[in-house]
Amino acid sequence: MTGIVALYIFMLAAFTGYEVIARVPVILHTPLMSGSNFVHGIVLVGAMVALGNAHTPLEKTIGFIGVLLAAGNAMGGYVVTERMLEMFKSSRAGGKRPGAR
Amino acid sequence: MPGAGTSVFPGTDTLIQASYFVTAVLFILGLKRMSSPVTARSGILWAGAGMLVATLVTFAYPGMSNYPLIGAAIVLGGALAWWTGKRVAMTNMPQMIALYNGMGGGAAAAIAAVELYRGGAGGYGEATLAVVGGLIGAVSFSGSAVAFGKLQGLIKRSFRFRGQQALNLLLLAAALLHAALLAGHFNDSPRVVTGLFAFALILGVSMTLPIGGADMPVVISLYNALTGLAVGLDGFVMHNAAMIVAGTVVGAAGTLLTQLMAKAMNRSIANVLFSGFGDTGTGPAGTVTGSLKPIEASDVGVMLAFAQKVIIVPGYGMAVAQAQHKIWELCQLLIDRGVTVRFAIHPVAGRMPGHMNVLLAEAGVPYDLIADLEEINAEFETTDVALIIGANDVVNPVARTDKSSPIYGMPILNADRAKNVIVIKRGQGAGFSGIENALFYLDNTRMLYGDARKAGAELIQAVKAVG
Repeated sequence: MTGIVALYIFMLAAFTGYEVIARVPVILHTPLMSGSNFVHGIVLVGAMVALGNAHTPLEKTIGFIGVLLAAGNAMGGYVVTERMLEMFKSSRAGGKRPGAR
Repeated sequence: MPGAGTSVFPGTDTLIQASYFVTAVLFILGLKRMSSPVTARSGILWAGAGMLVATLVTFAYPGMSNYPLIGAAIVLGGALAWWTGKRVAMTNMPQMIALYNGMGGGAAAAIAAVELYRGGAGGYGEATLAVVGGLIGAVSFSGSAVAFGKLQGLIKRSFRFRGQQALNLLLLAAALLHAALLAGHFNDSPRVVTGLFAFALILGVSMTLPIGGADMPVVISLYNALTGLAVGLDGFVMHNAAMIVAGTVVGAAGTLLTQLMAKAMNRSIANVLFSGFGDTGTGPAGTVTGSLKPIEASDVGVMLAFAQKVIIVPGYGMAVAQAQHKIWELCQLLIDRGVTVRFAIHPVAGRMPGHMNVLLAEAGVPYDLIADLEEINAEFETTDVALIIGANDVVNPVARTDKSSPIYGMPILNADRAKNVIVIKRGQGAGFSGIENALFYLDNTRMLYGDARKAGAELIQAVKAVG
């Protein structure tokens, strides 16, 4: 990947991120922050490759910690986001009607 | 190491690259779907599918070894996070996001560290990306850990002392010096690498310690953006398109979100980071006239039962007391009586944007009863009762009137314009910012003292007693 192409990818991805979140209503800010927190859990694949190519004990130790943390980021981010979003329902879309209890 | 592109990443398997491409697309579509309440639920599933695909194909990456170690780390880290994520109470979500975010930052720093300890990443460009990614990741890691500790109540004080900014600048300069040595290949020795990460980790701690709990949403959001950026930079070092795209998208989205939140609090990001709240207002914390007028729950019950329109303004006090279920039960009673009930959410109510929405959603409040500040502010004038539950600064009218107040100019919910204002509050103390709330002293305001959950239960009884 040449430097200038990399720069283009960086620029376009940055605009994409900006645009994707620009129209989000406030009620989804926390789940979306959590969701984007999950998405950067993709660091897991980088950590896996880094550990997969580690040779010295020091490299292996750091690589192991890296994969461990990254897996935590991805799994934790997913579970927490999913739990939050599970609760979003509209009163029209079959939510519990007032007076049900 | 003769260039990261040759020895560490031999060949680019088409299947892997294609899978990473699919992952990037799924992430962007997933985030897009997460930005609307109707599709949000499916958004995380799409993004999750992308993550699964990327993780699985990475096992097939050419030239890898240490598979048992990789498998053990994934199982261990994943299981711990799954277990904690499933168990945590909804009220503690903000610190969990901080925690998981810090883990991502730590992972990004670890990747850079492996590259650097191995003898410096390839050319000047890649080395620069690696040290910057590592530096940012490490700051995000230790900073998020402190944010977690503060919100979880493990760190109770805000540590402030004279010369703190100078110390932070010195730490930053020291970290940058080490970074420059590595990026320019002047000195690639392991000692320099260790120095870089040590200074970066200390900087993250020392930057975050003085920041008060009220500002934590902005800080967590900022660290979320920083982790994204670090992951993106690592992606360039590792020639991994999925990391580049996902990391950069999160970096940009997180930066925007951080700006939106800081703006809602009428403060710049620099102001949040470099001055403790309250340092900005030097004068006496407002001169408030009038007195606090207490009221009994039974009286409030009657008032609510015969109101036409009630607006609930929840704040952190509702989260602390876990009162959302009781409050919704109360609202259901009122709705059954024909009262129009709405919830008004300030952008920074609670400890994160949308914190209140999540809690209300947990209690089963349909999201179409919940309104934003702009949406509902005009409605207070036609409202019979504004019920403030553990909110303080976000309804303080001095933000409109008192130029000397630190919160002057912050958009607030105009609860003071309702015909009656009932404030449920634990005690007589000031809000997080330490500013007296002029709303509490208004003629149309009554104070209902007590824990929000207990007060909610009393109000339910009171409304039922009206019959």
